Amino acid sequence: MTLDIEPGEIVVLLGPSGCGKTTLLKMVNRLYEPTSGDILLDGTSIRRLPATLLRRRIGYVIQQTGLFPHMRIADNIAVVPKLLGWDRGRVARRVDELLELVGLPPREYRRRYPAQLSGGQQQRVGLARALAGNPTTLLMDEPFGALDAITRSRLQVELRQIHERLGQTILFVTHDIEEAVRLADRIVVMRAGRVAQYGRALEIVMSPADEFVSDLVGAGDVLRRLSLLPVELAMRPLDGAPIPGSLPSIERAADLRAALSLLLERRAERLIVRGAGGEPAGTLDMAAIERAGVVDAAPAAPS
Amino acid sequence: MNLDYLINQRARVLDLTVEHLEMTLLAVAIALLFAIPLGIVAARFTAASLPIFGLLGAIYTIPSLAALALLIPLVGLGRTPAVIVLAAYAQLFLVRNIATGLRGVDPAALEAARGMGMAGWQVLLNVQVPLALPVIIAGVRIALVTTISFATITAWINAGGLGTLLFNGITRNNQSMILAGTIAVTALALLADQLMRLLERLTAVSRARRAAARE
Repeated sequence: MTLDIEPGEIVVLLGPSGCGKTTLLKMVNRLYEPTSGDILLDGTSIRRLPATLLRRRIGYVIQQTGLFPHMRIADNIAVVPKLLGWDRGRVARRVDELLELVGLPPREYRRRYPAQLSGGQQQRVGLARALAGNPTTLLMDEPFGALDAITRSRLQVELRQIHERLGQTILFVTHDIEEAVRLADRIVVMRAGRVAQYGRALEIVMSPADEFVSDLVGAGDVLRRLSLLPVELAMRPLDGAPIPGSLPSIERAADLRAALSLLLERRAERLIVRGAGGEPAGTLDMAAIERAGVVDAAPAAPS
Repeated sequence: MNLDYLINQRARVLDLTVEHLEMTLLAVAIALLFAIPLGIVAARFTAASLPIFGLLGAIYTIPSLAALALLIPLVGLGRTPAVIVLAAYAQLFLVRNIATGLRGVDPAALEAARGMGMAGWQVLLNVQVPLALPVIIAGVRIALVTTISFATITAWINAGGLGTLLFNGITRNNQSMILAGTIAVTALALLADQLMRLLERLTAVSRARRAAARE
């Protein structure tokens, strides 16, 4: 397999369990040594450095968090900075900075133990700990897999926000297609140790490369597909025609399934699509949803 | 109950108690020197753990009087053979608990530790040992308590300690002397047990557990 990952991208490795996505991830920080082939990080082979030095430069987050139960939150976050030999003051400042970043007020959380935190909070600490040494690359192995749906989607949003601020290259493993679409700049769909398709999220959903990918993205399941497509994809941009103020409105980043259910619920003919600032950006009607959700699925059907 | 000896000869009982404690601590300390590396090896390599526990189990089944007697031609009488036998018998508890404790550490914590770039010895010292500490200390506690009671029979080969009171009491048919020895040994064992339990509770892991329980 050959993969090229641009700096600063979030690339999601997506596939059923046993497809090799975690193995691939762990080869990057050499928890698994590849038997053949090579991985380049910023242009140099990962084998040029001792594994321990390499790992200190790569953030690592796992599903079970792996927080150290005998250490306070601050000490958990300080592990890599201490390994890097930072002085006390710098470590303490970094810990507070990161706790702020992941939304846990340092005064309140610094001195707690992991067992005193909820699952979501623990994974925030896991993320803070991975970011502590200022890594340019972050490996995340189903980090939100064990969390409830609400916490999970909140953390997904926050991860994107943190990524926008810090711009790390993130390699993210999941088997959840919705999570993949929500987070990824690009998705690697994997099957039995090979790349089934590598492309932008929309590309994967709109034109799956083969039956395997099309099953995965639910091409045969209209509602599932709609939930993976953003409203802005199907909306009709404003053309100057007046819009009745009584129409229900939806954000352009929302998915088409949410748009469909809003249409049905309100018995409306059209929706107003609004931008992030709330300004009207276009309209969306049933026919447009249908075009996005149904027509494109046809080529995937067996001929 | 005839406490005459305990009361009238308390200086002698105290001397023997100190002697008994010294012998016990020396034996357990020497035992730890061997048990720590053995426990680490047994925890890390499953293949090595079978022969290690087989050997320690076998040592444990040798009758203690026989073991003491067998050592006399090699190292003579007195404290030396006593400490050797006591240290050998303590191995089983120590190695078993060290290995069990190290193995019981959450694999996720170990994976995270390695994934963050800790070297093997840093994982062991910063993560594995602290997390295994309550189990390891429990092993030391059991070893201490059994060694304290076990050390009484080493008076048979002139190793001294509180066993002296028991053996002399038996030969002289002095109930009060036997009672004094028994009370002193029991008190020593109970004290050691309580101190070690306190130590167990002071480890970072149990502090963290209690902090969580208070929530």
